[in-house]
Amino acid sequence: MKFTTDHEWVSLDGDIATVGISAHAAEALGDVVFVETPQVGKTFAKGDSFAVVESVKAASDVYAPVSGEVVEANEALADAPETVNASPEGEGWFAKIKISDASQLDGLMDKAAYDAFLATL
Amino acid sequence: MSDEILKTTPLNAAHRALGARMVGFGGYDMPVQYEGVLAEHKWTREHAGLFDVSHMGQAKITGKDAIEQFERFVPGDYKIVKDHKQKYTHLLNDNGGIMDDLMAGKPDHDGLYVVVNAGNKDADFAYLNANLAGDAKLEILEDRALLALQGPEAVAVLSAFEPAVAEMAFMDVNWLNIFGTNCIISRSGYTGEDGFEISMPNADAERIWNTILGDERVKPIGLGARDSLRLEAGLPLHGHDMDATTSPVETDLAFTISKSRKEAADFPGAERILKELAEGPSRKRVNLIVKEGAPAREGAEIADADGNVIGVVTSGGPSPSTGNKIAIGFVPPAFTEIGTELQVLVRGRPSAATVVASPFVPTRYYRKPKA
Repeated sequence: MKFTTDHEWVSLDGDIATVGISAHAAEALGDVVFVETPQVGKTFAKGDSFAVVESVKAASDVYAPVSGEVVEANEALADAPETVNASPEGEGWFAKIKISDASQLDGLMDKAAYDAFLATL
Repeated sequence: MSDEILKTTPLNAAHRALGARMVGFGGYDMPVQYEGVLAEHKWTREHAGLFDVSHMGQAKITGKDAIEQFERFVPGDYKIVKDHKQKYTHLLNDNGGIMDDLMAGKPDHDGLYVVVNAGNKDADFAYLNANLAGDAKLEILEDRALLALQGPEAVAVLSAFEPAVAEMAFMDVNWLNIFGTNCIISRSGYTGEDGFEISMPNADAERIWNTILGDERVKPIGLGARDSLRLEAGLPLHGHDMDATTSPVETDLAFTISKSRKEAADFPGAERILKELAEGPSRKRVNLIVKEGAPAREGAEIADADGNVIGVVTSGGPSPSTGNKIAIGFVPPAFTEIGTELQVLVRGRPSAATVVASPFVPTRYYRKPKA
């Protein structure tokens, strides 16, 4: 699992990247009450806003950590947005993105580097 | 905002000790949540929540001219307010716009005790100071903290310390010796629940906070839940659902304009406000339930059923007590009838919304049965 400085995570299986928000981001947001996942078939460039996550107080953009086409969205979040709090780096994934080039993940942080980054915040 | 040095309330260390997440609000470093907004919201609706609202402005307006002078700035009749009663009102500018909304009451025989919004207090007090005439004097109570204890179990909790509070009715206000110090207690709040606001000397605040929290029916509640609770209760928030451009008529708070004051037409902006009362305002506050999609928040446009933009959302979000998505907004009066089908535009996408009655959740203010 790799992380961005915007607190998204990516987990690569072949050319399919599963993406979500980090446990730190979920904790910082507080109770998640709504998630807008991307439409299957849409393509995003790395850094595009590709989803929205909402707490009681506010709506926050989620940025695509990699470029590619959405092949699956986590439909379960529509009825159970609290899954993002309960399991942010597991069941609370947002979407699966088909990427053309695995080297896209090269610039991202591994868990140890991300934890070190969080310690600087 | 980020380089602003935030002020603190006497309970700042207590909030941090409880693990609160702190945010800047109204110039103060305040707790937005402790265990979580949803849990705190539900706890307040079912039990009792304790809020630090010491950031709000407290003042006395004293002197024999206090009532007459205060009335120059508000549309309420304060001569008819009995001792130990308070009334909600608006500080109006010359155009009838709401500079602030506030509580003003008579806990004693010496003028008025007022509580104003944190973000407006400096401006309010400067304005009053500059304009009060005769022998009326503004005395800012900077040495007092303010707690709110809200929820169905609030009266049971507080009456264990002072049985007299159980005899108070909604909007009563009085000095009481409680917790070993002199407090101004009102039976009021900003959640739609029964409850109390308790003004106390700063030096006693942390002791009293901890004493009340010692009751297992009470949990500390942050500003996040305070906002979702007031939204469900249909209580508009100054700076969002009303401001210096909106009148009490537009905000659907015309009940604050007393009959005697209408007849005398002697309050600021009377010309505009009386015209709006007679002919209807150009826009009016409505409550909406958003039936699909994302919550509509402040700034989301409101459209009619055909998609024509007719207004804007001024507060909105999820309603933890009902599971609905709710919003307050402004639209022309023709669209304010209960049941009117409208749309809200969230991130450019229309979602169906229906005009509903206020409040979204029934209020439970304690009104004494008529004898």
